[in-house]
Amino acid sequence: MLTFENTIIPTDKQGYLLDHLLWQKDLALVMAKNDEFELTEAHWEVINFVRQFYLTYNTSPAIRALTKAMKAEFGEAKASSRYLYKLFPEGPAKQATKYAGLPKPARCI
Amino acid sequence: MTSSDQQEDSNLSEVNGLAIINSKAPFSSNYGKDALDVALIFGSFEQKVSLFFQGDGVYQLIANQDASLVSIKDYLKTFSAFEFYDIEDIYVCQQSLVNRQLDEAFHIDDVQVLASVEFGKALNRHQHVLRF
Repeated sequence: MLTFENTIIPTDKQGYLLDHLLWQKDLALVMAKNDEFELTEAHWEVINFVRQFYLTYNTSPAIRALTKAMKAEFGEAKASSRYLYKLFPEGPAKQATKYAGLPKPARCI
Repeated sequence: MTSSDQQEDSNLSEVNGLAIINSKAPFSSNYGKDALDVALIFGSFEQKVSLFFQGDGVYQLIANQDASLVSIKDYLKTFSAFEFYDIEDIYVCQQSLVNRQLDEAFHIDDVQVLASVEFGKALNRHQHVLRF
């Protein structure tokens, strides 16, 4: 769990929020800080995209679906898995969903 | 390799990966959600998968359902993301729709409505079949 603005935010062992409705941008900043991970504009583009994907389709995208969907939105350059892994070295789907306040993708690669 | 082996190989190359049959209505059990999870996993690993809906399974495709009314996560919304998983072959049994007096009003595009014989033939083109 996390403490944020004097409230307790329940998370799983790996720090993923249990209730995605408790998410807000400042909370993501706290989560990233706890991981010593810096979020740039490029990171936010992916995080916001992943969150929108979840709200639209009710599922967290695994890497392949994420790159396909991002290609449709942002074009080839920003959707290659190489680009995404550079931003999120531990796995784009895994890390972006975490800071987007979503459950870890079940089909995670 | 004998000529009959070669014959068999060329037949195999025509068949089409995995078929998943959905035969249960959504939300009353976990079958539909489980079938979806399998389909998405196969899609994520670039394995060819086709979806078949027959019997009460056709209810999974019918538009304007709201699972939140029964406090269940609406997995049917995920169907709209099939294109990102390369799931393009979606077949529904016409007779099952007719028997239930359902219109062909689906919540996703590119659903192919097939008469029983064609439905069976499409199913036959697959090497493996999972039924939910």
